[in-house]
Amino acid sequence: MRTRDVFASAAGAAAGNPLRTLLLTLAMAIGVAAVVVLTALGDGARRYVMREFTALGSNLVIVLPGRTATGGINPASAITTTPRDLTVEDARAVARAPAALRVAPVVAGTSEMSVGGRLRDTLVLGTTAEFLDIRRFKLAQGRFLPVEDWDRGSPVMVIGARLRSDLFGAEPPLGQFVRVGERRFRVIGVLATSGSGLGMNTDELAIVPVALAQQMFNTSNLFRILVEARGRPAIEAAKRQATAILKERHGGEEDVTVITQDAVLATFDRLLGTLTLGVAGIAAISLAVAGILVMNVMLVSVTQRRAEIGLMKALGGSGGTIRLLFLVEAALLSLAGALGGYALGHAGAWVIRTLYPTLPAYPPDWAVLAALGTALVTGVLFGVMPARRAAALDPVLALARR
Amino acid sequence: MANGGPQVDLAGIERVFRLGDSVVHALAGIDLAIDAGEYLSVMGPSGSGKSTLLNVLGLLDSPNAGTYRLEGRDVTTLSAAEQAGVRSRRIGFVFQSFHLVPRLTAAENIALPMMLAGIPAAERAPRVDKALADFGLADRARHRPDELSGGQRQRVAIARATVMQPAMLLADEPTGNLDRATGEEVIRLLEHLHEGGVTLIMVTHDQALGDRAHRRVYMEDGAIKRDSGRGTGRG
Repeated sequence: MRTRDVFASAAGAAAGNPLRTLLLTLAMAIGVAAVVVLTALGDGARRYVMREFTALGSNLVIVLPGRTATGGINPASAITTTPRDLTVEDARAVARAPAALRVAPVVAGTSEMSVGGRLRDTLVLGTTAEFLDIRRFKLAQGRFLPVEDWDRGSPVMVIGARLRSDLFGAEPPLGQFVRVGERRFRVIGVLATSGSGLGMNTDELAIVPVALAQQMFNTSNLFRILVEARGRPAIEAAKRQATAILKERHGGEEDVTVITQDAVLATFDRLLGTLTLGVAGIAAISLAVAGILVMNVMLVSVTQRRAEIGLMKALGGSGGTIRLLFLVEAALLSLAGALGGYALGHAGAWVIRTLYPTLPAYPPDWAVLAALGTALVTGVLFGVMPARRAAALDPVLALARR
Repeated sequence: MANGGPQVDLAGIERVFRLGDSVVHALAGIDLAIDAGEYLSVMGPSGSGKSTLLNVLGLLDSPNAGTYRLEGRDVTTLSAAEQAGVRSRRIGFVFQSFHLVPRLTAAENIALPMMLAGIPAAERAPRVDKALADFGLADRARHRPDELSGGQRQRVAIARATVMQPAMLLADEPTGNLDRATGEEVIRLLEHLHEGGVTLIMVTHDQALGDRAHRRVYMEDGAIKRDSGRGTGRG
């Protein structure tokens, strides 16, 4: 039998029983769609986290006070209660590390600020001019903190876009004064809108020189030291050097935690990648179920089409031809289901993206290929047994029945 | 025949069915030789083994013992695929219940043996058209079996059985599901094909129908009781 005829006959047989074909295709489609949608969700979450981390700035090494055994971020590392805290002097020392391109000390705290009669609580960040480049922030208006002695800050302030509109409304903010506690700061710049970055909303941030922030919060400690390495390959060196410098300065005790964005990123990447894989595995079970359904329905079909199979044998069809016909039919049904499921899955992913625009819910290519491949392989594998049964049918018995 | 021998040569054919503990000899030592172009009827009561004989002749059933030579070649030892090839090229079947594929049109049903034999579509079409015209079905080409009368269905079945130009036509009660007038029409069609040179072997329990054959074989309990003898064929 010619290949074209095999496919036409198998397709004709499938079309000859529309309900059966529809149900089978649907079962397969749901399986494939489940894989596509669930992996889109898993991979979307992974991409979301990756994007948020990358937004922190590249080649970033973060030094936080306190030693955590795991080296990760935990709530305790946000509270600076370790015996020896980070200081501006420490930051200055780290800046001398050969692998460090830029270093910015960071002090953080919440404070109330007022303009005219308007009051507002906001997060105040004390840092230096280097911070802008390290964090890859963009300015909408004016300029950033001036390059000056870290110990003697000028009373200037850079504010987030949201804070600008809250405090000044439609008025031009540059040159205006903002009162924070006892002090007055002149607004010299406004950050461009960037949205949120891992919980820290830069739009509601007020940035002042680090020395003034320390006075404001009555502390000599730092919240973080941000280090930008000289390129990606230098990240490990920057981490090592920063650790060594601080260990020496802190009396030989390694009481700081140095994390690299790469390490955090890799951990999350691995974690969420595994999650996606696991979810895909669970969804693949539905494909196996669909495969068993294909087998069942094809077996019923063989029984229903006994007379037809017997007739084909009487007309000179060999067992091999009949086996091929049934296999191709199972494969075609699976293929139709797989393609339908692919479309359905992408529609589902689209719905998720529409409902949650921040989640890039695109199914990864490997998952789509695996789902389509698994659907086809399952369909054909589970089609083998019915096809063999059809091929082995005794034509005399098959034709005797009506 | 090229080799001068009989077209069909059955020697000591046995076919045994086991039904539980009992053993049924559907065919018990059948010796039968049929020349090319004969018109032969097989008659006998139900269970006499006449359908089994037809199935063995058509290579649908394999005998437990004995040899079957078709056109001088021992076909009992052929593989299943080889037997399918012989069925495809040398044998045409006509069944009592027509056995048309319900989802296929008349034309597609007729084309089925050619499709199974791997004949390309371009070559099939003219042969199907010719068959449809020959059997008076030209205006029924696109109709499905359920849109055809009994006589038309059997004509489609006969067109399908002959489209590969077989040497031998095996008919199992071809008029069993038809009324007298339609049956007569179908028989005349088969006899016309026989006049064209095809060996026609017909199983029937209709005495009048059986008597029309030039050679009549009567079976009982899996054995041939009477045979009007070879060489009475016209062809």
